Amino acid sequence: MAIETAEDHHKTKHASHVQHHFANSEQQADSAKLGMWVFLLTEVLMFGGLFCAYAIFRAWKPEMFSEAHKQLDVVLGATNTVVLIVSSVTMALAIRYMQLGKKRITLINLWLTLGLAGTFLVIKYFEYAHKFHLGQLPGKFYTFQGIEGTNPHIFFSIYFAMTGLHGIHVIAGMVMISWLIYKTSRNTFSSQYYTPIEMTGLFWHLVDLVWIFLFPLLYLIA
Amino acid sequence: MSLVQPNYLSEPQGLKSWLLTLDHKRIGVMYFTAVMFFFFVAGALAIILRTELLNPGRDLMDAQTYNQLFTLHGGIMIFLFIIPSIPAAIGNFVLPMMLGAKDVAFPRLNLGSWYIYVFGALFCLYSIVAGAVDTGWTFYTPYSTTTDTAVLSMTLGVFILGFSSILTGLNFIVTIHKLRAPGMTWFKMPLMVWGLYATALIQVMATPVLAITLLLLILERSFGIGIFDPALGGDPVLYQHFFWFYSHPAVYIMILPGMAIISELIATFSHKRIFGYRAIGYSSLGIAFTSFLVWAHHMFTSGQSEFAAMIFSFLTFFVGIPSGIKVFNWVVTMYKGSIDLKTPMLYALSFLFLFTIGGLTGIFLGALSVDVHLHDTYFIVAHFHYVMMGGTVMALLGGIHYWWPKMFGKMYNEVWGRIACIIIFIGFNMTFFTQFILGSQGMPRRYYTYVDQYQPLHAFSSVGSYVLGLGFLIMVIYLIYSLFKGAPAPSNPWGSLTMEWETTSPPHPHNFEHEPVVKHGPYDYDTVLIDREAEQTNFRVRR
Amino acid sequence: MSDTSSKGHHHILPMKIYLGVGGALLFLTLVTVWVAQFNFGTLNLIVAMVIAAIKASLVVLFFMHLLYDNKIYLTVFLLALATLATFIAFTMADTMRRGELDKVSARPINPKADMYNIQQAPPAAHGSGGNSASTKKEVGIGGNPTDSMASAVTNQGKQPVPTDSSDSGGHR
Repeated sequence: MAIETAEDHHKTKHASHVQHHFANSEQQADSAKLGMWVFLLTEVLMFGGLFCAYAIFRAWKPEMFSEAHKQLDVVLGATNTVVLIVSSVTMALAIRYMQLGKKRITLINLWLTLGLAGTFLVIKYFEYAHKFHLGQLPGKFYTFQGIEGTNPHIFFSIYFAMTGLHGIHVIAGMVMISWLIYKTSRNTFSSQYYTPIEMTGLFWHLVDLVWIFLFPLLYLIA
Repeated sequence: MSLVQPNYLSEPQGLKSWLLTLDHKRIGVMYFTAVMFFFFVAGALAIILRTELLNPGRDLMDAQTYNQLFTLHGGIMIFLFIIPSIPAAIGNFVLPMMLGAKDVAFPRLNLGSWYIYVFGALFCLYSIVAGAVDTGWTFYTPYSTTTDTAVLSMTLGVFILGFSSILTGLNFIVTIHKLRAPGMTWFKMPLMVWGLYATALIQVMATPVLAITLLLLILERSFGIGIFDPALGGDPVLYQHFFWFYSHPAVYIMILPGMAIISELIATFSHKRIFGYRAIGYSSLGIAFTSFLVWAHHMFTSGQSEFAAMIFSFLTFFVGIPSGIKVFNWVVTMYKGSIDLKTPMLYALSFLFLFTIGGLTGIFLGALSVDVHLHDTYFIVAHFHYVMMGGTVMALLGGIHYWWPKMFGKMYNEVWGRIACIIIFIGFNMTFFTQFILGSQGMPRRYYTYVDQYQPLHAFSSVGSYVLGLGFLIMVIYLIYSLFKGAPAPSNPWGSLTMEWETTSPPHPHNFEHEPVVKHGPYDYDTVLIDREAEQTNFRVRR
Repeated sequence: MSDTSSKGHHHILPMKIYLGVGGALLFLTLVTVWVAQFNFGTLNLIVAMVIAAIKASLVVLFFMHLLYDNKIYLTVFLLALATLATFIAFTMADTMRRGELDKVSARPINPKADMYNIQQAPPAAHGSGGNSASTKKEVGIGGNPTDSMASAVTNQGKQPVPTDSSDSGGHR
């Protein structure tokens, strides 16, 4: 008996964006969402390892942490927090406007998100540059003399590891958002199909979430 | 119909169609080839190590080389073989078919997982030539941050391999939740799927912590960040916490898929409904859950606080309960069943015997006061080889022999199958039971040489390893022979009721010709008659 | 077919939710910076984390849509947090309780057991007392549990100090 080819099946049953192994658009979208949430679980655990290291060393050396953290610029840190929060709003709006089928406003919000992400990185660059200048570097490159307490380099090691890993995720997010801008402008998405924007949004919100905890833990130790 | 129907091996043709395949069956076969290759590489290393240990002192190599070889043996076996083995090789192949699905949820991600695996493997292989690591597969600090062997490339390789594992787990979780055929409820799924699901949960929850551990190790080694190195203000025991938080659940990534296979083999070859379906299913989840609560039982002698040691010892005893539940249920399943002692069933029976010993000795070691004496001795080596090899590898071999006709459309020689199984069983026990004795007499592990009193037992163990190797050699020969000269396999040679047996052997590229509908449960041997002679499986429900 | 279809699919939130949550997040950021200037002692960390948790909840429930979606996604997220909490809590059960070995007081199950009579050294080398009495005292078990166990423990691995009562090895 004739076996229905994948192509036949594809044409008669599926809208163009639904892959052949899915029964319908809803199953595909739900699968993508579950997959992305599981991925976010893995990200929480990966960052979580660093939070664990932070917790342990801060519990062992609370005075050193308190002293060392004064070297961080709270204004820049708070600014970055605001930048990321606003970028989360614009990212969420980008999804909302594609749900409404409004391509132009979606694009504006995607560009805004991208710009704000870039701003975050620029501010981070200035922070890092200042630390490099002062010799507040991780591990064996640490040469700064101004902090009391033993092994202050550990604070900076943790600082660079946490903000560095976070920064890498900001860059990854920017790559994804750029791809979304490209695909949106080519009309790939619609009010019926905007899953990639939604998934990128989930990822971007996680990046924001991590920073929401990083900021007080690194910059606001009393 | 033509004699050789189009199947996933023959269609589509060409190297490019394999390199860019999205077919889960092809991806499974590629993984299968790779993991078996690495199994034999690491196995050969083991034979070399055992030969060195025939006599105390230097036989073939110096101590540094010995350290490098056992590190490689462990690293390759764990990260390149056993962790991916059943999920990625067999799971990829059978899972969608068992669910009545066309593929996994994310086929492109699946191919991505494969290439990430290859990429990670290349890094690990490179590390061999760049100055093979001599730290042991556990990379304990501060030695791993200060030794001048190629720790960076090896840990980077393992880091990359971790992502392959995570993405496979993610794919399976979504597939199981979302892509079941109409009528396949959670409690109509084969227990193989429950086992793969629990494994996937561990993969996604534990492996990210390995990722950050290795990342921190790389940073410690490159920049001296001072988290793990006491000379820089760090804590080496902290490294062990980070490492074992992954690596203990990882051993359940290794055993759960094996147990999953055993459920299938025992039911099929007893021609009987599995006893305690829900208990077995839930116990898989129970193992996954409890596996996260016990990791520091690997650290009883590390210098961790006594308070933590006591907690972890106490919790370790709970981990044995779900495993025990499974073993009892399997044994009861066989009671009054119509037992068919085919090769897969022989491996399943070997598993029951060997895993019970392995698991029980694990409970011995969970007792803090006992482990203080036995830690880092050959008792530990024997314990984990009993569970990993006596457990997982036996299950894997059973699974290979079970699904071989489905995967390749050929039957192997049953007589040689049984002979190899028996030789492997004998060789395994010769090699590793001896090591329980060696360890309890005080022989430390990872030692290049030893005092004369241990020599007879070491020699016996080494001879056992040659017998084991012989068994594997025979197995390779008849399996490869079957690919060329084996009898064509019917679609359901064993008379099983799970859905993959409703496809042809080998299956069509799209698995099922029509969208499958679930007509019966996976273990309804008491209500369904199977016509095993038919080209396609015919089922009639017995009234 | 999926049995966990999200009823949040295509669910469009009104604009004021986005702006409201965004505003709340910015406000809470100001709060957390402001509160940091006061010193509540150990409460500092708790206050900061509570504010951060509120912010995080807003992001997760509204921006990430978990309030409206199928509960499975919330389960996945909470599972992540629970696993992380387990990791941190159990690890800190070790790191915060180091150095307590001296406080461990053990009592032998059977004080008369042979294993405690470790040295049967020739009487000439020892001075005072009955052999068995001084033997037990040297090893530090069986007499006064807490003190002698502690001293036996603290002597572990160190060179034995050759005083009358704390010889710790049968090396005469």
